[in-house]
Amino acid sequence: MAVATFLHPLDKHLRLDRIPTLYCPGCGLGIGLAAMLRALDKRIEEGTIEPDKVLWIGGIGCSARMVFYVNYDAAHVIHGRSIPFATGVVLANPNIKAIVVGGDGDIAGIGGNHLLHAARRNIDLIVVMFTNFVYAMTGGQVAPTTPRGVKTTTTPYGNPEYPMNVIKLVSSLNANYVARTSITTPHYIEQYFYKALGMKGFRFIEVISTCPEVYGRHIGLRNPVEMYIELKKRVKYKPRPSIEEAEIDWNEGIVIGEFIERNNPSYLEIIKGELSEV
Amino acid sequence: MRRTFTSGNIAVAEGALTAGLKFYAGYPITPSSEIMEYLSEKLPSKGGVVVQMEDEIGSINAIIGASWAGAKAMTATSGPGFSLMAEAMGLAVITETPIVVVNVMRAGPSTGVPTKTSQSDVLQARWLAHGDYLIPCYAPWSVQEAYDLTIKAFNTAELLRTPAVVLSDAVIAHLWEPLTLYEPGEVEIINRKTPLDKQRSILPYKPDPDLIPPMPIVGHGYKTIIESLTHDEKGYYSPKNADYRALIKRLTLKILKRIDYIYDQDTRFCEDADLLLVSYGSTARSVYLAALELRRKGIKAGFLRLKTLWPLHEEKIRNSCKAKKIIVIENNMGKIYFDIDRIFKDRDVYSSPVLSLDLPTPREILEVIEPWL
Repeated sequence: MAVATFLHPLDKHLRLDRIPTLYCPGCGLGIGLAAMLRALDKRIEEGTIEPDKVLWIGGIGCSARMVFYVNYDAAHVIHGRSIPFATGVVLANPNIKAIVVGGDGDIAGIGGNHLLHAARRNIDLIVVMFTNFVYAMTGGQVAPTTPRGVKTTTTPYGNPEYPMNVIKLVSSLNANYVARTSITTPHYIEQYFYKALGMKGFRFIEVISTCPEVYGRHIGLRNPVEMYIELKKRVKYKPRPSIEEAEIDWNEGIVIGEFIERNNPSYLEIIKGELSEV
Repeated sequence: MRRTFTSGNIAVAEGALTAGLKFYAGYPITPSSEIMEYLSEKLPSKGGVVVQMEDEIGSINAIIGASWAGAKAMTATSGPGFSLMAEAMGLAVITETPIVVVNVMRAGPSTGVPTKTSQSDVLQARWLAHGDYLIPCYAPWSVQEAYDLTIKAFNTAELLRTPAVVLSDAVIAHLWEPLTLYEPGEVEIINRKTPLDKQRSILPYKPDPDLIPPMPIVGHGYKTIIESLTHDEKGYYSPKNADYRALIKRLTLKILKRIDYIYDQDTRFCEDADLLLVSYGSTARSVYLAALELRRKGIKAGFLRLKTLWPLHEEKIRNSCKAKKIIVIENNMGKIYFDIDRIFKDRDVYSSPVLSLDLPTPREILEVIEPWL
């Protein structure tokens, strides 16, 4: 009997010898990565991105690990420091397309200060932050995005802290692109990431993700399908949402869309201009 | 060759430029800031970039990234900033990234006395990050040596794919002396090796016989994995003992294998010495004068100055002098002393800490060694 080999159209973008991933059943990260790869594939096919110039950078966490499944140059660095690492890369070689991937803990928690300053500089990076509302890899501790009152392993009496609205934070700075999407709307992940790949300056995409294994356990949505459906019900697309609408409220709903789209001079453009005068 | 008159901080910056620096990231901190200020003016015209990051953590991570993009990269700081760089120093070790980190030592712990000198960070330079590793570290005692040893630190970093530390201090930083600068071709400049065949599927962490893997810098189609986790030769995470042992042993052995290149010392009056004074960095300037003074008094004092603090070349140190009595003088509570005591285990080794916020005077040196004479 002949052996049939079935190739997935995205196989060429992956290190197949590392598949399956370590992601739990029902994890949203696979949907997110596939959508990003479709966008990248499109860019490569149309010749607007050279695959050899792509560098994926991740810190620590489930989302950050995406970087070592993709068949590209990749840096799996220390917790929270993917953005300054990427900053060094693009300043030393502006031809590199730097894609930073991480969870909300890695990017907005421990790496929060770097996020602020990268957005302020409008440095030429794409940051894709997967928000799952919890520190999942370490077993379910409270995250900067965990809603008030949620019981986690380190807030057994309910989270006393107000969550961080990362969209609002990054929008207040000098980022050229700020968008939010969800793993329940993979077409928007693909669309926004495709757009971001063609832009300059600091580009930030938040992807709301499902973590039934860890966060689902905390909020009583342990079943992956159920969690997906519950998130899908709450996600509302708006064509031009205001920053105020970026507030995440599990009861009121989660607005997705493109919050900021600017064409400000990027850091690389500015220093190139200044250096030409030296 | 070009003669100038300048400070230790500027000499470090000039040394980096001579070595081929292309990327500098830093955060202002006394007494190191002039290095960044000077480079901010000079580096852009040489095709390089200087960026002031949001903190020292950002600075060291940025230079690691820049090094992987192919640039010779450096940061400079002082104690508090050096402490913040600890974790990323480990990243540079495990990803075998050539970087140069300059620590202009000031008095600590904590904020301490920002404007005043110290040699308290010599063990911190050795053991900064968690884990097993060995980072080459150089300690200049003059403006000229600040320049020369910065070039040496770059060469070491590039040759061995390792972070290298230049341990200056507040005295050297702001000391003005004549400096001879080299033009291209007048001094050896080493560049990292990269894979020969760009198309072949490479194992990014497979070492050559010298234990150093060629560095597959990003943007050339190598599909490199720059991996902070313990990894195999492919760069894939491995929790297996065999891979862990192979990697960790190699990270230290690749340094020790080239100890003859890395290590350097300065010995004077050792031939007939009964007493050996051991020191390094700025303190050694006064220890040298104290040795001369002892000689004038008829005491046969020898002088050993460590230019390389880590790794120490135990055999060279042991053979430097036959003196039975050895005194280690350093501007801290006694740190390198423990290694010198171990190296000269069959002789009498004493520690003479000279805790001083300013350069200790030769008289102060004579006072602290007096009890052991």
